[in-house]
Amino acid sequence: MAIPDTSHYCLLTTAYSLTMLENFSFRTIVEYLPLFGQGLVTTVWLSLLSFAGALAVGIVLAAMNLQRGWLFRVPAKAYIDAVRATPLLAQLYFLYFGLPRLGIILPELVVGILALSLNSGAYVAEIIRAGILSIPRGQVEAGVASGMTYVQRMRLVILPQAFKVTIPPLLGQAIVLVKDSALLSLIAVAELTRAGQLLASDRFMPAEGFVTIAAFYLLLYYGLKGLAALSGRWLGLAGART
Amino acid sequence: MIWQQLQSLVGSYPLALRGLGMTVMLSLISLVLGTLIGFGLGILRTGGNRLVSGAIGAWVDLIRGTPFLVQIFLIFFILPEFGIELDAFTAGIIALTNLAACFICEIVVAGIRSVPTGQVEAALASGLSRWQRMRQVVLPQAMRIVLPPLVGQYVLLIKDSSVVSAIGLTDLTRVGWLVVQRVPNGLLVFFLVGVGYFIVCYPLILLARRLEQRMGAAHGEVQL
Repeated sequence: MAIPDTSHYCLLTTAYSLTMLENFSFRTIVEYLPLFGQGLVTTVWLSLLSFAGALAVGIVLAAMNLQRGWLFRVPAKAYIDAVRATPLLAQLYFLYFGLPRLGIILPELVVGILALSLNSGAYVAEIIRAGILSIPRGQVEAGVASGMTYVQRMRLVILPQAFKVTIPPLLGQAIVLVKDSALLSLIAVAELTRAGQLLASDRFMPAEGFVTIAAFYLLLYYGLKGLAALSGRWLGLAGART
Repeated sequence: MIWQQLQSLVGSYPLALRGLGMTVMLSLISLVLGTLIGFGLGILRTGGNRLVSGAIGAWVDLIRGTPFLVQIFLIFFILPEFGIELDAFTAGIIALTNLAACFICEIVVAGIRSVPTGQVEAALASGLSRWQRMRQVVLPQAMRIVLPPLVGQYVLLIKDSSVVSAIGLTDLTRVGWLVVQRVPNGLLVFFLVGVGYFIVCYPLILLARRLEQRMGAAHGEVQL
């Protein structure tokens, strides 16, 4: 059954609920727009950095997890399970309050990026592992039969195919990461949510502050979602061609 | 010094238990409510009415597109402006239930869509009513697809309940935050907080994994 594209309803419902609030001050929002802009930019680039970090962590973990020997596999599995069974906020506080204890003093922003990378890395590792395991066994065997080395098989046979499968879920993880980055406002990183909190506390205008940042997050969400749909179509075509 | 800290931590034991209780209670209430509402929304969304379906889709998209922290702030700070006075606990329950309902709605929709049209047509031909079709034919088959991600969603819900500490509810994470002000050992305190969540979440993760395997196997049997 076809579901109609619903994004325009979103705007309508948002607009409607705004008219219900008396004294909703668009002027204050415009006044604070530079602050929101800065917050948005910070959220975008810290998410990009964290995603790059998550990819790095994820690739290493996935490689460890796919080994036959237990020496690498068991720690990787333990790490992934530990991250998946505990909330990001607790992990964030663990690093934020814990690192100084080890004599490592880092700016809040760096702690935040670190926490997001380490957290998302566990999920990315699972996505990559699933992608590699989705390659039919026959492909690997054909590679072996053709006399390819392990590295050649990985580079020429498995990874190009696994890459395609992993792109859509990776973009899904990117969406989760952008939303998770809102938690960094709780350790005073000046990102988008923090901008909303400032407006809420400085001017006692929580509605203006939080509705505006929600709109900005939706912008990022629809952008990434569009990208995911596009990549799916593009990869689908590429898949049909081979 | 470490001995002193441990003693101080042991002193925080009742507080930690209360925090864990709060986390479990928040999760449990919103889990039950969210599942009920989520199933309702999912069934309505796949039902014929385009307007209802579109409205639910839009709402689900709004919730999926914004951070949970922002949703909590919106509910906690803005509903009072409409004249609805909320304490932090009610606000937390509303936010968590809403979040769970939206994600479960999507899971249920995927499950219902996975049931072959022939099944529905056969039920129609047998003269089953709308409700009978849903309850006796579609939902039981959809459950195979729905169950594993549903349990996974419960894990996410328990983890997301940590975010309500931002509006001052003394859940497990908030307890950690309070204790760390007195016992300046973030590594130890939040390691213990993590253990608390792990004890609650890990069995559910294992259950989800097991269900996935079993449902996958059952699916294979049908195909054969």
